[in-house]
Amino acid sequence: MSTIRVLGAGVAGLCVATELVARGVEVELVDPAGNPGPEACSWWAGGMLAPFCEYESAEDTVLRLGQQAKHWWSRYTRVTEAGTLVVAHRRDHADLRRFASRTERFHKVDAAGMRKLEPDLYGFEHGLFFESEAHLDPRKALADLSRHLAGNGVGICREPSATTADQTIDCRGFSARDALADLRGVKGEMLVLRAPDVSLTRPIRLLHPRIPLYVVPRGQGVYMLGATMIESADRKRITARSMLELLSAAYALNPAFGEAEVLEIGVDVRPAFPDNLPRVRRVGSTIHANGLYRHGFLLAPALASAVAELAINHIQTEFADDCLAER
Amino acid sequence: MRPFYGTELPNGLMLGTAQYPSPAILQAAFRESGAAVATVSLRREGTGGAGQAFWQMIRDLGVHILPNTAGCHTVKEAVTTAHMAREVFGTPWIKLELIGHTDSLQPDVFQLVEAAKILSEEDFRVFPYTTDDLIVGERLLKAGCEVLMPWGAPIGSGLGLANPYALRSMRAEFPDTPLVVDAGIGLPSHAAAAMEMGFDAVLLNTAVAKAGDPVAMAKAMARAVEAGALAHAADPMEPRDMAEPSTPVIGKAFLS
Repeated sequence: MSTIRVLGAGVAGLCVATELVARGVEVELVDPAGNPGPEACSWWAGGMLAPFCEYESAEDTVLRLGQQAKHWWSRYTRVTEAGTLVVAHRRDHADLRRFASRTERFHKVDAAGMRKLEPDLYGFEHGLFFESEAHLDPRKALADLSRHLAGNGVGICREPSATTADQTIDCRGFSARDALADLRGVKGEMLVLRAPDVSLTRPIRLLHPRIPLYVVPRGQGVYMLGATMIESADRKRITARSMLELLSAAYALNPAFGEAEVLEIGVDVRPAFPDNLPRVRRVGSTIHANGLYRHGFLLAPALASAVAELAINHIQTEFADDCLAER
Repeated sequence: MRPFYGTELPNGLMLGTAQYPSPAILQAAFRESGAAVATVSLRREGTGGAGQAFWQMIRDLGVHILPNTAGCHTVKEAVTTAHMAREVFGTPWIKLELIGHTDSLQPDVFQLVEAAKILSEEDFRVFPYTTDDLIVGERLLKAGCEVLMPWGAPIGSGLGLANPYALRSMRAEFPDTPLVVDAGIGLPSHAAAAMEMGFDAVLLNTAVAKAGDPVAMAKAMARAVEAGALAHAADPMEPRDMAEPSTPVIGKAFLS
């Protein structure tokens, strides 16, 4: 079989290349930025494999296909299966009830249960524990995937080679908006903190009517705090307000976050289609795989398998425009 | 319905555009409800025109656009945001929102009057988000506003019409001014109640965007607004303390 060229070595491109290689296809992986790094928005992701939490405001597709992610990723990188804890302050309990009513596969936790799960959470009396959910370290996962690919003879080239490829899979994320008129950017801002005094073992989601926030432990006292969702394609700057809100919310989880060291400030945009669901779209000899929105690590494996089916077996799966329109 | 700055609206439903699960659902909510007006915020998305994709989607809804100054706490911020809104959407309409309290999101009516005056003098058509205070309403009209938008209850609370007496007084006090209940609507029954009182429109966002099925809720709101408006126009009966039989009792067989 001839070569398939994959453009972009973010989470989408790496997963697509991995799925193609697994099917015995020769792959050329191209990314001008080289190895996975801050140019890819997946570099800034939370890395939560939380289909049930996401289902609160996402489509059935996200729930169903997102459940495969945990097993897929554990083949290539370390996946921590510690669940997700969702909490709200007393005044926002209506939000907690609503969250619970719109999803499944959790159990309610009282103050004592909370202390047992996360003794360092401060002042919460009720929560929802999604035991089956997991998380990973995005940067480690991207590096592990590129290492796996390199082991299979697929390095990341900064430029396409002279040989013509039969098909091109465009996984460039928001950079592909020149070719995809209905792609938009949804800005996200995040922080990485080192707070050695805080010990949290699983992703915590704090519900709040205006400032929802999650904290994902990265190990050794390092936490990722995310993330804003703003209808904007600005990927350059964090606003003082966003930073203030993120930090205030973290402070509310545990005042010891006030003493944390700010290690990183991240800003990027998530590529999204109008229904916030990913697409596999063929345009001539190019297949676009894009629009992972806030579900990069959750849906990239399913997206990659859909791409492989289309590229190799010419089978349209549910990420095709037609199939999505029929829903 | 009284015209809004000379514009006749097809119905009294004004919908916000924030917090929907996706733009596709937002579009469907507008399509299915036939809402007449879309409010849109610029404050956060605004910087450097980076919100263009979303704004274009709002324009493509094909309804009247009412940009707002949501999130502004000072006159200066609000005026700057209004200028930006006029540039982005090419409309002199502006929903003037000046938050006075970060927790209750209660409007700061003093700054509101001041900003309304400045913007009216600059030929904006100001839709002020205000309390149900009659004197503030009076001052806003003097400042150049031709529409008033009193709150039903605090923003996002879904409590409905917290003080129906005050809203009725407002309707009676300003018989010629288009009035919109803005904020606090949680259910279609709240929207219908406002319209039954003779309000010209209701403006809501969270109740639809955060419903489990936003599109269905938008439809429900549209029907409630229509029912309330029809009921008001139909001159409803007066409530009374005693029963009043709808068929005469005299002449009925009584030996049974």
